[in-house]
Amino acid sequence: MTVLTYAQAALTALRQEMERDPMVWVLGEDLGPEGGVAGQYAGLQARFGKDRIVDTPISESTIMGSAIGAAICGTRPVVELRYADFGICAADEIVNQAAKIRYMLGGQVRVPAVIRQPIGLRDGMAAQHSQSTESWWIHVPGLVVVAPSSPADNHALLKAAIRCDDPVVYMEHKELWTVSGDVDEEAPPAQLGKAAILRSGTDLTIVTWSSMTAVCMSAAAMLAERGCAAEVIDLRTLWPWDRETVFESLRNTGRLLVVHQAVRVGGFGGEIVAEAAEHLFRELKAPPRRLGAPRVPVPYAEPLETLCRVADKQIAAAALEMMR
Amino acid sequence: MMMMMMMNEIPTTEQVRALYRTMCLIRAFDEHAGDARRAGKLRGSVHEYIGQEAIATGVCANLQRTDYISSYHRGHGHCLAKGADPDAMMKELYGRAGGVCGGKGGSMHVADFSLGILGANGVVADGVTIAVGAAQAVKLRREDRMVVAFFGDGAMNRGPMLEALNWARVFDLPVLFVCEDNLYSDRTRTHSVTGGPGVLARAAAFGIPGETIDGNDVLAVHEAARRLAAEVRAGRGPFFLHATTYRWRGHLALDQALYRDPAELTHWQRLDPLVRTSAWLTSRSVPAALLDQDRGAAAARVAHAVAAAESAPWPAAHTLTEDVQDVGAPS
Repeated sequence: MTVLTYAQAALTALRQEMERDPMVWVLGEDLGPEGGVAGQYAGLQARFGKDRIVDTPISESTIMGSAIGAAICGTRPVVELRYADFGICAADEIVNQAAKIRYMLGGQVRVPAVIRQPIGLRDGMAAQHSQSTESWWIHVPGLVVVAPSSPADNHALLKAAIRCDDPVVYMEHKELWTVSGDVDEEAPPAQLGKAAILRSGTDLTIVTWSSMTAVCMSAAAMLAERGCAAEVIDLRTLWPWDRETVFESLRNTGRLLVVHQAVRVGGFGGEIVAEAAEHLFRELKAPPRRLGAPRVPVPYAEPLETLCRVADKQIAAAALEMMR
Repeated sequence: MMMMMMMNEIPTTEQVRALYRTMCLIRAFDEHAGDARRAGKLRGSVHEYIGQEAIATGVCANLQRTDYISSYHRGHGHCLAKGADPDAMMKELYGRAGGVCGGKGGSMHVADFSLGILGANGVVADGVTIAVGAAQAVKLRREDRMVVAFFGDGAMNRGPMLEALNWARVFDLPVLFVCEDNLYSDRTRTHSVTGGPGVLARAAAFGIPGETIDGNDVLAVHEAARRLAAEVRAGRGPFFLHATTYRWRGHLALDQALYRDPAELTHWQRLDPLVRTSAWLTSRSVPAALLDQDRGAAAARVAHAVAAAESAPWPAAHTLTEDVQDVGAPS
């Protein structure tokens, strides 16, 4: 085990995969001398050259479009889009091309591309640099969507994403870049679609992902003091999501609370709650609930931005209401 | 359909006749496709290439099987010129099993990766960004291939097109951009919605050399493509071919093109690339009977494809959920 930050863990995974497979390459802005905005590409250009760590113009459509062209012609591009907000600039290429080429061409070809577009609130980045857009991509057939919550996962899941033959929208959280944790650098790629139970409990199931896992763990500790045993599940992969693990937990607890940083309305929490209601309605002891951001653009001022964050106290309060 | 001509060589009569045969096949194929769409035998958008056949034919005659092409919504001609099987193409248009895409793509998504055909495309200019990416793969894999991106004049007003031109220059990619300038962006005259001094000036602004040619003259297209492809293959980066032409039909089969002056169509029909090629061949003493034979063979080939398509089964229901994705596939 080595202690690495979330950014260093991804850097390690990428370096390992580039060493393993000469067809893995990266394209995006400020990768070379700069090493990426969070240092997640530091030193890679010096090591692998400018043909494999490609500094591009600010041309999101062509960053994504050319990655698709290169992916269908025998390479495995890793696309750096900097923030999920700029992933929207490449939405046409992701949705109309990457996600559909294999299907609409009758299975002639696959699109093995990793599309890195970090999500979330961090340090007052305001409305165009803070969004959590994961549910947008989950809605699109053909895409895999991954949201790692820890350094170990950012290592093992990024490896898995790079080896995956489907286009993977890989959504790190900007606020996690500097978080440290134990990483087994020799760990094999994670299994995509497999959730992790971070804390076991029998009273309530909290389903979450990305930066909200830590907040939910804090809430679970508060709940324990109040005599409520919450189980916390980190989905890790959002499409496909690990329905089996969630349902198994729900059969024990009978209570579901989904927590995400994305806007609550139309967020992925709604889908999880709906699935649980459709399939486990009679086993539920309380109406399932969702917590997410209010449906407002992310504001700049700190006190306002804070109102967009789901806090541990809110989670605990919602859980206790469900226990009544 | 494909044939290679030696460099620095004026094409022989036989070679031009081969170009003529390809153009006849494309013409016959799309005459049927348009009629079949209007008769309700096909669904969705069918964009006929009639009138523009010389461009795909003249360019693809300079390509190897392993070279890549990307195309756009008006893509049947490019696929046929690159060697796609008319039966599998027609089955795709009819939405049948055995279509090049298993009936899942239709007219706008015909492709054949075994021939380097990266696909027609339903989004204007998106095939161009895919083409520069294919070129990037060629470079990374150190392969001996080049890439041709076919697109229309309408694409020149999309952001990804302009990004891709810059990109190809920045990374010195082996791409030949081929702009088929048929004067219309969907149902709007391109000139009326375009600023600046024109297509070639835009390419030049990104440092990409190119030339404008008569896209209804297959010999001119062939000659220009031969020279520019040689430049691309020599590692001199991207080049640009601006081919003027005209689409005889509307934007798509169901568009009657009532927005344009009938005299405009008449003018361009007098410049029919097939008639001009047959006249050239006649002037080189090729008997009219042989040219009749070529047209007849194309018609017969298309009739065969139509019969194959009409008798082919529909795709099996289980294919609905196949080839979506490996991880998280629909259950």
